[in-house]
Amino acid sequence: MPMMRYREALNQALREEMLRDEGVFLMGEDIGVFNGAYKVTAGLLDEFGERRVRDTPISENTIVGMGVGAAMLGLRPVVELMTINFSLLALDQIVNHASHIHYMFGGQVKVPLVVRMPQGAGHQLGPTHSHSWEALYLHVPGLLVAVPSTAADAKGLLKAAIRDENPVIFIEHEYLYGQRGVVPDDDEFVVPFGKAAVRREGGDVTIVGISRMAVTAEKAAALLSEQHEIEAEVIDPRTLRPLDLDTILESVRRTNRCVIVEEGWPHGGVGANLAALIQEQAFDDLDAPIGRVTGADVPMPYAKNLEQIAFPHEPEVVDAVLATFRDL
Amino acid sequence: MADHPLPEPDVAREWFETMLLIRHFEERAGEQYARAKIGGFLHLAIGEEASMVGTVRAMRDTDYLISTYRSHGQTIARGSPPGRVMAELFGRVDGLCHGRGGSMHMFDLPRRFMGGYGIVGGNLPIAAGFGLAADYMGNDDATVCQFGDGASNQGTFGETMNLAALWRLPVVFMVTNNRFGMGTALERHSAVTDLQVKGEGFGVPGMECDGMDVVDTFHVTTEALRIAREERRPVLVEALTYRFRGHSMADPEEYRTKAEVEEWRKRDPIITFGDRLVAETVITEDERAELDAAARQAADDAVAFADASPVPDPSSLYDDVYVLGGQIQGWYSVDERGAGVRKGEDLAEEHA
Repeated sequence: MPMMRYREALNQALREEMLRDEGVFLMGEDIGVFNGAYKVTAGLLDEFGERRVRDTPISENTIVGMGVGAAMLGLRPVVELMTINFSLLALDQIVNHASHIHYMFGGQVKVPLVVRMPQGAGHQLGPTHSHSWEALYLHVPGLLVAVPSTAADAKGLLKAAIRDENPVIFIEHEYLYGQRGVVPDDDEFVVPFGKAAVRREGGDVTIVGISRMAVTAEKAAALLSEQHEIEAEVIDPRTLRPLDLDTILESVRRTNRCVIVEEGWPHGGVGANLAALIQEQAFDDLDAPIGRVTGADVPMPYAKNLEQIAFPHEPEVVDAVLATFRDL
Repeated sequence: MADHPLPEPDVAREWFETMLLIRHFEERAGEQYARAKIGGFLHLAIGEEASMVGTVRAMRDTDYLISTYRSHGQTIARGSPPGRVMAELFGRVDGLCHGRGGSMHMFDLPRRFMGGYGIVGGNLPIAAGFGLAADYMGNDDATVCQFGDGASNQGTFGETMNLAALWRLPVVFMVTNNRFGMGTALERHSAVTDLQVKGEGFGVPGMECDGMDVVDTFHVTTEALRIAREERRPVLVEALTYRFRGHSMADPEEYRTKAEVEEWRKRDPIITFGDRLVAETVITEDERAELDAAARQAADDAVAFADASPVPDPSSLYDDVYVLGGQIQGWYSVDERGAGVRKGEDLAEEHA
């Protein structure tokens, strides 16, 4: 199977789905002539033309809303927003419209829309371009939320998202765009939503990593093994709605410990929610309080040293895991 | 603006009947609201019937109509059974949306009434999406998007005008200027009060119609739809109208004088159109009274239908949050009624 970068895998998914289904089209800022701010859509304008690869003005709420309307009439729009912070301008269309329309109109109409966007810190883009918002979209019933962390998942989940009948918030990661991985080139390779991936097996502690933090968790697990003789099981949920809680619970029932790692803020975060679900379902299996490693509870600072301590790295994950063993 | 001749007698009579039906429906809805049969907000369109019926009758059945939270009349004009509209207001299972949407969120897919929307300005991008879809699929379906004068101040107004013009989308945007954004008078909420010109800077030409005259509304909308459909470009139509009742039922109307309302009531679109039909011998005074009584009866029947319809089954609470099947499995929805969580595969089984 070929190696390719995460952004190339996304590009391949878009291309394959556009070839498969005439109803799939792309809209977004600078996705065509410019080839995309992060080059995910490179070459697609040349191949498919302006009807299906549409450069838009900078009008996030209206771009997403047009996607909602086109999806209601049976097309499969894929809207790219340049960064997840800009999706806040489209929150009305995403929350009040895309996620509600199927329900509030009594199931009469579907909204098979995909909104793709990258998130994440590390490039010194400061407080308006660096945040992680999966918890925000996880909050909303009616949305599906994908957070791929590998090139293969980027491809397989995006294809699943495009084929799905529900609105999907598809959250990519700026750091991951350049990362390589093995990606099946089968054009029927689809990663179904709601199936977690076990990145590393282990019996001592369960680490759940969200988005890029699945990668960080895996690196931390290697350190735990080398330096502390702790074998961590690393789980990447891959989608947060639907959530494969079964795989996480099965692991926690074996390891009796759990640490959740996310890049977003702590309050109302993915980890807060997941910790609640785990303790509701597996309280008696836990030997220690569930640990959380999150981004700092601050707007993302610009200065490199401050930015680096404002989102999690391997040492914090290692410390959080060790804390679950502290009283033994 | 009554320069236009009347349409064929049968057509004119049907327009009149539909306006009467909307009027009586809204009067009955107001009464039922006062009796607490209807909850939430209730926005009545009494006074705006001509702008609704004239617009809808200019459309093809295959065209799409999208509107606001004030849209009982549009659904009725589009052909939805009044009983099902009233049942939606009552929150009953036979409502157009099975009681999920209520007054502000009507929807009738077979009649291509693509929704009432509760967010001011929220429907404009979606309308442009319908236009884009028609363009993409290469058909000649057009879209009419109605919104109020207040929505012309939203960011989506400018964004959508620009995109619709840029991409030459077949959409007629109709700003129903009833002179108030909720309780704020037009002169106090918009620097430009000639609303038909607000699209020009974005490349969307404006037209104006007398929204109190069903015939004028019909003719202007017909021309606007022709431009949208044949010339493939959007148009902004300003329908000048007035709502005789408050913004919603929860509106003491302290922002306008009774004299102003009375002045507009002299232009009541139903009275003036009825007078014209009698004057031009399309109907007699007796027939006018008969049509009025029939519409009143239809509104009463709608109330009876709604009252007889059951409330939604509590077990339906989670239906249609997601389109189930396919890959929608796993834990996704916290169910507050029971311990833990609902699983997609469980719901899929219940549906099967």
